[in-house]
Amino acid sequence: MSLRLLPVFVRALVRSLPTVAIIVVFNFFLLNMAPGDAADVLAAESGAATAETMAATRARLGLDLPLLDQFLNYVTGLLHLDLGFSAKFGVPVLEVILDRLPNTLLLMVTALVFALLVGIIAGFLMALRAGSILDRAISVVALFFYSVPSFWGALMLIVIFSVQLGWLPSSGYQTIGFEGSGLELALDMARYLALPALSLSLFFIAIYARLTRASMLEVYGQDYVRTAVAKGLPPSRIALRHVLRNALVPVTTVAGIHFGILLGGAIVTETVFAWPGLGSLAFQAVFARDFAVLLGILLLSSVLVIVINIATDLLHAWLDPRVEVS
Amino acid sequence: MVLSMPRLSRRAFGAFSAAAGSALLLPRSLRAQEEPVRGGTLRFLVDPEPTGLVPLSDTTGANVMLSCKITEGLYGYGLDFSLRPQLALSHTVTPDGKELTFKLREGVKWHDGQPFTSADVAFSLMTLKANHPRGRATYANLEEVQTPDEHTVVLKMKAPAPYLLNALAGQESPIVPKHIYDGSDVTTNPHNHAPIGTGPFKFKEWQRGSHMIFERNEDYWDEGKPYLDRIIVRFIPDAAARSIAFETGEVDVGGDYPIPYSDLERLSQVPTLGIETRGYGYGPNISAIEFNLDNPYFAKPEVRQAVAHAVNKEILLQNVYYGFGEVATGPIHQAHSQFYTGDVHQYAFDPERANQLLDQAGLPRNEDGIRFAVSHDPLPIGNQHIQSGEYIRQALAQVGIQVTLRNQDMATYIKRVYADRDFDFVNNTMTNSPDPTLGVQRFYWSKNFKPGVPFSNGSHYENAEVDRLLEAAQVEQDPAKRVQLFHDFQKIVAVDIPTLNTIAIQTFTIHSVNLKNHTLTADGIHANLAEAYLVS
Repeated sequence: MSLRLLPVFVRALVRSLPTVAIIVVFNFFLLNMAPGDAADVLAAESGAATAETMAATRARLGLDLPLLDQFLNYVTGLLHLDLGFSAKFGVPVLEVILDRLPNTLLLMVTALVFALLVGIIAGFLMALRAGSILDRAISVVALFFYSVPSFWGALMLIVIFSVQLGWLPSSGYQTIGFEGSGLELALDMARYLALPALSLSLFFIAIYARLTRASMLEVYGQDYVRTAVAKGLPPSRIALRHVLRNALVPVTTVAGIHFGILLGGAIVTETVFAWPGLGSLAFQAVFARDFAVLLGILLLSSVLVIVINIATDLLHAWLDPRVEVS
Repeated sequence: MVLSMPRLSRRAFGAFSAAAGSALLLPRSLRAQEEPVRGGTLRFLVDPEPTGLVPLSDTTGANVMLSCKITEGLYGYGLDFSLRPQLALSHTVTPDGKELTFKLREGVKWHDGQPFTSADVAFSLMTLKANHPRGRATYANLEEVQTPDEHTVVLKMKAPAPYLLNALAGQESPIVPKHIYDGSDVTTNPHNHAPIGTGPFKFKEWQRGSHMIFERNEDYWDEGKPYLDRIIVRFIPDAAARSIAFETGEVDVGGDYPIPYSDLERLSQVPTLGIETRGYGYGPNISAIEFNLDNPYFAKPEVRQAVAHAVNKEILLQNVYYGFGEVATGPIHQAHSQFYTGDVHQYAFDPERANQLLDQAGLPRNEDGIRFAVSHDPLPIGNQHIQSGEYIRQALAQVGIQVTLRNQDMATYIKRVYADRDFDFVNNTMTNSPDPTLGVQRFYWSKNFKPGVPFSNGSHYENAEVDRLLEAAQVEQDPAKRVQLFHDFQKIVAVDIPTLNTIAIQTFTIHSVNLKNHTLTADGIHANLAEAYLVS
């Protein structure tokens, strides 16, 4: 990536600050509209409470202050890069999120990279043999992966690979108390990563396959491809160097968007596989009315989506020199 | 459907080799059953993930399930509720009930090496009184704790508290180190997440979202125990995934409704798993339909009686709880046999009578056959309350009451029912706690009508005679008289039914058949597991 794009990148980031600010304000007040608060949930989970213990909990969590005061305290904290304190976990929010972020990244990157590889190859084959039985067969499979609800897909994978075959563990992200390192550790984690990543990627494989196919077929109809054929270039060279490269533009756009979305965590997959990521954290935080954690995750996700969208634009500029970056 | 492969499934292979192996080792295995095996890692499942490990102020179910492995109490309670010494060896009570003296165990050390003394007990009890949601009631009459020497505590009471002796298990009244908690805010002390206790296991680590590890305490006061090397606690949020974890043998034990009842049938067929129903007598649970007595319809006794005649508790028991439990006759669970009486009025399932009562109450059917409409809120824990709500709706439709089910999450439910009192009737499950004064009184005592406080007297029931009986039972020293007071109480509320108690629930523990000695006390796997061991 050339240096000419760097100031562009920075300018785009700055321009997105108002967006981030709006997100913080909007989310804060929206979340506080939900009935009940963290003290209610803590009392409910205890199975008993008294007026005094609840008042004490509210005072401790700062929930007895007027809403505007709570908001100002929160924003002041943000400016000091302090995301607040988690009511449910009893530790700073930043700690909770950073604890889970690497797990989400690992799962998401693996799933998307796998989905891109498989999806693009499948779409490529479908486009080359458009209209044939192979095309139709892959199409049906892609439709199936697209329609199947993710929790069902996840559970079916567990039933097949964990219960029936016994090849892979059914949940968790590592063998607890594992005393290895390096390659051994990587292999252990790979065993646990396999099913969740596969389960998460199925939906995206379908999308990338169909998109690649459609995009390639469209590119095949372009003038420059006809020129290349007339020039006598071998079909494989045409397919790979000319068609696929141009067909990838819409695919990368969509993948970039997915990248940003999944950084908020894949709630369903993480819950079924007990994968400790940001998705299951957000899910639990909603029911615990742990607004500090939720706002932290929302903020992180918003910032990351913005950064990734900018990066995707720059990627396009690189892929296709005709695209101008203002 | 998965195609079955032409090979021996893992389970069948395991069963076959176990059978072959045990056939060869039969004489040794008979001996092995009597002698505990030292070593091994126990994988313990809990859901949801705990919010802390020391139930001083935060008594969430998962916290309470795990805390005793690290933090002990003064006594344990056997399956027959007999006292088992833990940190206390014995006690005496003065005839007027105002002084309790406990002799403490000697030679006990905290996990950080400091000695355990009476100062720790004094500190813990006063802390519980100030912070614990039930402790405020349990220790309300406690004025001060004296420590004449390092191994004796004297509790000075301003009035007798006979229920106090039932509340001394580690999960209900944990004994914590004074040198760690003194001077700090008990509710936010970081040691609530990394406890230091006297128990058979030491806290090692807690990876949020994944697991906890507890390791054997080599200096435990009970020589030679615990038998287990360590306990790994796993959190698996998805119900189906939990069932699968038991099936594949990835976890060894879990309790207190660890998997849905609907999966129980399937898992009970697995030869490597056992189902245990004992060990839940310490704080048994009762399901109930609670009415808002400020609602104009449910204020009328005939309407409540009609609902009682319209609901068939047997159907609830069989369909929602899969037969796990008994039909409840009142607010006290049959497991609390010392206080329970079944000799009370029962409203039998009789829809005819229900219709008559509603007509008598001046609520005739209109042209659509509906007498009146109300909303119903099931407690949002698990599935049972929603399913019960659906049955209740059907049953009441038969007698002309139109019920609309409202669903919400826990925080909304608490606010709606207890703070705003914006409800008509609910169905919920409540614990009896170790003693009716602690677990049952709170719903029927008029002085516990406290809007904003969850699980208080939500129905707004007021009955002067019931108040008198409950208040007398709070201080009655003579066990026989106290039991009589509770019997009279049960008789009255069985007629008034501000709350219609439906099912006395029996929950269960699922465990690997290799795990022994997991249920030796009234609180089963909630106890410290010092004597549990794994055979291979």
